[in-house]
Amino acid sequence: MSITEILFWGLSVLALCSAILMVAVKSPVHSILYLIVVFFAISGHYILLNAQFLAIVNIIVYAGAIMVLFLFVVMLMNLNAESEPKKNRLIQFAGLISGGCLFLVIIAAITKSSVATEMVQMGGGNAGLIKNLGMVLFTDYVIPFEISSVLFLSAMIGAVVIGKKESSTVTPKGD
Amino acid sequence: MLIAIDLALIIEKLVLIVIVVMASLVIAMYATYGERKIAAVLQDRRGPNRAGPFGILQPVADGLKLFFKEEIIPDFSSKALFILGPSLAMLTAIMTSAVVPWGNTINLFDREISLQIADVNVGILYVFAVVSMGVYGIMIGSWASNNKYSLMGGLRAASQIISYELAMGISLIALLMVTGTLSLKEMVLQQQAGYWNVFYQPLGFLLFLICAFAECNRTPFDLPEAENELIGGYHTEYSSMKLGFYLFSEYINMFVSSVIMSTLFFGGYDIPFVNEANYDQNWMALFGVLALMAKVVCFIFLFMWVRWTIPRFRYDQLMHLGWRILIPLALLNMLVTGAVILLKQNNWHF
Repeated sequence: MSITEILFWGLSVLALCSAILMVAVKSPVHSILYLIVVFFAISGHYILLNAQFLAIVNIIVYAGAIMVLFLFVVMLMNLNAESEPKKNRLIQFAGLISGGCLFLVIIAAITKSSVATEMVQMGGGNAGLIKNLGMVLFTDYVIPFEISSVLFLSAMIGAVVIGKKESSTVTPKGD
Repeated sequence: MLIAIDLALIIEKLVLIVIVVMASLVIAMYATYGERKIAAVLQDRRGPNRAGPFGILQPVADGLKLFFKEEIIPDFSSKALFILGPSLAMLTAIMTSAVVPWGNTINLFDREISLQIADVNVGILYVFAVVSMGVYGIMIGSWASNNKYSLMGGLRAASQIISYELAMGISLIALLMVTGTLSLKEMVLQQQAGYWNVFYQPLGFLLFLICAFAECNRTPFDLPEAENELIGGYHTEYSSMKLGFYLFSEYINMFVSSVIMSTLFFGGYDIPFVNEANYDQNWMALFGVLALMAKVVCFIFLFMWVRWTIPRFRYDQLMHLGWRILIPLALLNMLVTGAVILLKQNNWHF
């Protein structure tokens, strides 16, 4: 087994175990921490695929920013295993069935696709390096890129508008 | 194969890692001594002078004291996370040094040895990723303490670091547009050949400096640690060496951010007014490391000088400065830099 293969299997086991633990663990803070481990393992996979930029951005954006905000909310609302509301059996059952259906559909789609025979292409191509990625983004895909940036801008303005509205409607109550 | 195994290379890198980690720890240790001495000078006192000549054994005595203190873990805290917090703080503080070019290549045992642990082509983004990880040590530790004052301190730290990361990132984009590379080694080589980046990006440097102060939780932005309103801060419940780790990681962060600022804006291991190619390679590499350290010491002194000069901000002032002043200034800096680069490519014609 080459060293890349060893790394691949190690990272895959880490990613899958942490993903399962993230769903299974009772305490919300622990599940967020397991999710962060999943992001790190996936970044490791990106590095194996020679996509360094994607790997680092995945860590900066998901593990470094979004998960911090998740942790923020969970800590502020003080969600604990004890205060977690007991879910209805019926809802749990429905969730199990719909999740299982999604899983089946994904498995079916992957086995039908052409990449199913190759496990992973390691070190192939330099498309993930920042120079090539930038060239592709700003020449071939410049319109989708600009449209997505407008989308981000509108989301940002929307968040500011909602925040402003909240603060102006909060008035001291007389009781 | 992507990762080739070369035993000599692994040994070389391991030795380099051990040296870099040890050096960061020792420098951070003596930064605590320097802080107390500088505070003493600025306040017209003598400072530590009992342990050893001029008190130079004071950091060792402090370390030993912390090791021998009683270890208290609060009853209701999540024990694993309580231990994970300070460990993560130390880990992320040390990890940044992996991509820093400490000096030029040296020639030892017929091998060209690069004084950089990893020259990844996304170097500066790696630094950024590790910095954004730094907040977890504080947040996890503060939550696991199960203490509302700790939690308040942790939340302050998290929102402060996230807010100042934005301005820091945007000020870096302007620098990247000038240099055209993300690799720290290449940036140093460019500055060796031309002028230091601080002359091209004075405003960018100033913004980066302010954000570095905030990211290190140094005064005037040391709000996560506030004795008067939060009892202690995010480490209220910590004792013994775990508290030591939190305090120590602040000094390592200070050292590493000084190194990063010297590398990005002040030429890294470049010795000013000397053409390195004219002299012996190994000696020049050694002097280069010393030049980098001299720059770093100046920055660490600046960190301490500011601490005893500028009063701290209020929390709302901190947020106001970050979002309403630094981010617009950084955006303006980026736009102007981009416009100037475009004009230059166009031979100064509109």
